[in-house]
Amino acid sequence: MSQPTHKDYAGAKLGMWLFLFTELLLFGGLFLLYAVYLSRYPHEFAAAGREMHLVFGTVNTVILITSSLLVAMAVTAVKRDDHRLAFVLVGGTVVCAAFFLVDKYLEWGTEIGRGIYPGSPRLVAGPAGESVFYSLYYLTTGLHGLHVLIGGILLAVVAVRVGRGSIHAGDYIWLENGALYWHLVDLVWIFIFPLYYLVL
Amino acid sequence: MNPAENMLPAGKGGFWIDTGKTGIASWIFSTDHKRIGLLYFWSVFGFFLVGVLLGLLIRIELMAPGRTIMGPQTYNALFTVHGVVMVFLFIIPGFQGSFGNLVMPIQIGSRDVAFPRLNLFSWWLYIAGAAIILTSLFTGGGPPDTGWTFYLPFSERTGTNVSLAVFGVFIVGFSSILTGVNFVTTIHRLRAEGMTWGRLPLFVWSLYATAWVQILATPILGITLVLIIAERLLGTGLFDPARGGDPLMYQHLFWIYSHPAVYIMILPAMGVVTEIIPVFSRKPIFGYRMIAFSSLAIAAAGSLVWGHHMFTSGMSDTAILVFSFLTFVVAIPSAIKVFNWVSTLYRGSISLEAPMLFALSFILLFSIGGLTGLILGAAATDIHVHDTHFVVGHFHYVIFGGSGFAFFGAMHYWLPKFYGRRYAEKPAILGWGLMFVGFNILYFTMMVLGMEGMPRRYYDYLPEFARLNFVSTMGSWILAVGLAILLVNLFRGLRSGEPVGNNPWGGATLEWSIPTPPPTENFAKEPVVTHGPYDFRGAGIP
Repeated sequence: MSQPTHKDYAGAKLGMWLFLFTELLLFGGLFLLYAVYLSRYPHEFAAAGREMHLVFGTVNTVILITSSLLVAMAVTAVKRDDHRLAFVLVGGTVVCAAFFLVDKYLEWGTEIGRGIYPGSPRLVAGPAGESVFYSLYYLTTGLHGLHVLIGGILLAVVAVRVGRGSIHAGDYIWLENGALYWHLVDLVWIFIFPLYYLVL
Repeated sequence: MNPAENMLPAGKGGFWIDTGKTGIASWIFSTDHKRIGLLYFWSVFGFFLVGVLLGLLIRIELMAPGRTIMGPQTYNALFTVHGVVMVFLFIIPGFQGSFGNLVMPIQIGSRDVAFPRLNLFSWWLYIAGAAIILTSLFTGGGPPDTGWTFYLPFSERTGTNVSLAVFGVFIVGFSSILTGVNFVTTIHRLRAEGMTWGRLPLFVWSLYATAWVQILATPILGITLVLIIAERLLGTGLFDPARGGDPLMYQHLFWIYSHPAVYIMILPAMGVVTEIIPVFSRKPIFGYRMIAFSSLAIAAAGSLVWGHHMFTSGMSDTAILVFSFLTFVVAIPSAIKVFNWVSTLYRGSISLEAPMLFALSFILLFSIGGLTGLILGAAATDIHVHDTHFVVGHFHYVIFGGSGFAFFGAMHYWLPKFYGRRYAEKPAILGWGLMFVGFNILYFTMMVLGMEGMPRRYYDYLPEFARLNFVSTMGSWILAVGLAILLVNLFRGLRSGEPVGNNPWGGATLEWSIPTPPPTENFAKEPVVTHGPYDFRGAGIP
């Protein structure tokens, strides 16, 4: 009566893609608020956006794009059955995730040092649009940072499994789905970066 | 119809015993879709009973003007918790979790869902979320008093335990998303050979449409709930007018999910009715393609109508016009379904057993609910009855008279298949009759009260509303008596009723072709489908 257990790769990837849609929509709510409040407070948003620290944002953009490249290369390495290289590349991605979070910590620290955080006396006293901008900034980058953390942990697990050899050229769906998740994290940042640091 | 074949002496067989594992751990850690389906069934049904009890208490309080049995704060908490429990813990996870899990994999000829472990995880998330919601009732500032809609800025300012309750709902929402992902993948990937899209049972089509709504709408609820918590804990002020925020934006975000959520509640119910009607009319379904299409159309159009909850909230007239128009568009696929059901009945050989009675009353009650929905969807009339008992009546006609009655229909139609025993017919019909009468007294009266101007969620009311409120409460008691008879009869039947054969109703979908109760593997060998889901002759049923 027992049927052979088979792995449905296409199904596993389809499931992951559907889940990624839900993640996009989760961030979509915040981008929607950004759009509405930008049209309501264009001047306050512009003023607040100019005060953002471009260096922190740029460094993080470079880190994330590099990490996405590494994890994509890791998928190719596993397909070619090069375990050592794959392990190093996934490990490199995890290191990038850690660097990203350190940079984010430094950035938030700087902003909080300037007296800018939700409900801070400076924001309460300032114009309403500015408070809205920074609240959205903290929520969006905070939620994104949480995803970097989750993605980093996920890829650390993947790295261990690559190291142990349970992810290999015959069965690498964990790595591929982990990489897909990581590209999502990267992609969301590619929208956050211009909206908060560049266009205003 | 069939004399019982493969009958087991004392009740249980199939997946109940064939793994050799019994005991609680073999259930709560099982990845078998049937066990998970029953776990879901009993959990959501438990919460349904809690919700019923709270609803009855609300009606007792409103039986007479002034204080009847509780103070205003308790009343506020009661209608909030009634809403949260019924919406988030019963009817949203209800169909997908219980009957979706029990029946869908078998109906498509599969051994299980695409991600069985994820399926179990969804149930655990649901239980965790429910536990958090329950905890929120008894800790902190006490149960939330915001209404299930958690409107800001009040939900930011109230001292009750909103943050924890909202976090619980967030977890339940995550569970719902994972179920949606699982079901869409399953229906795409695991259909048996010959199970083409055109042979998919219409219940599966409705689950498929529902799963897409779960995937596309629930994340917006997730972020909205996160924002409520951020408002309360961090003081982000995004919806606080004093800080530059706009409460209307909260309402937009909330209803972007919560209107489509109504279709998460009603679409699978329509699917159940679509399964029951042809079987009990002994006739193939009329308009298969249009019913399948209309499920998708309702899911799509229903996702674009959320603004009709906000006609009196200060939206622009253009927005009101657009949302009103789109709301009327949803009526078209809904009507397509109703007409197709009625056409299926036409000249059928109708057998009025309990599942069929629930399906037929679904058509009537859902039509009343749907048509009163158009009164609310037209801005000109909505402004008069907005936030009155008319809305409460309308909503309960759709969700209780519609989804709820379909849920009872599904319980009588499918649970005997999984328990191997059935309920007694006469008490079931008596219970149904009392429920139907009580239901209409309870909620039709509410709609009249609303037309007369009684607001919803009010603790007290003017003396001229006293008589109808009394009548409405009487209706709730008749409904409760009917429900009690129905459930005692059903559950006693499942324990010790008459054994049923493989195909007690003469259905042509795949679940009736396998033993009762189904074995863990469902099919002895992978089925090859050669006939449509309502092709009774193709299935060898005379």
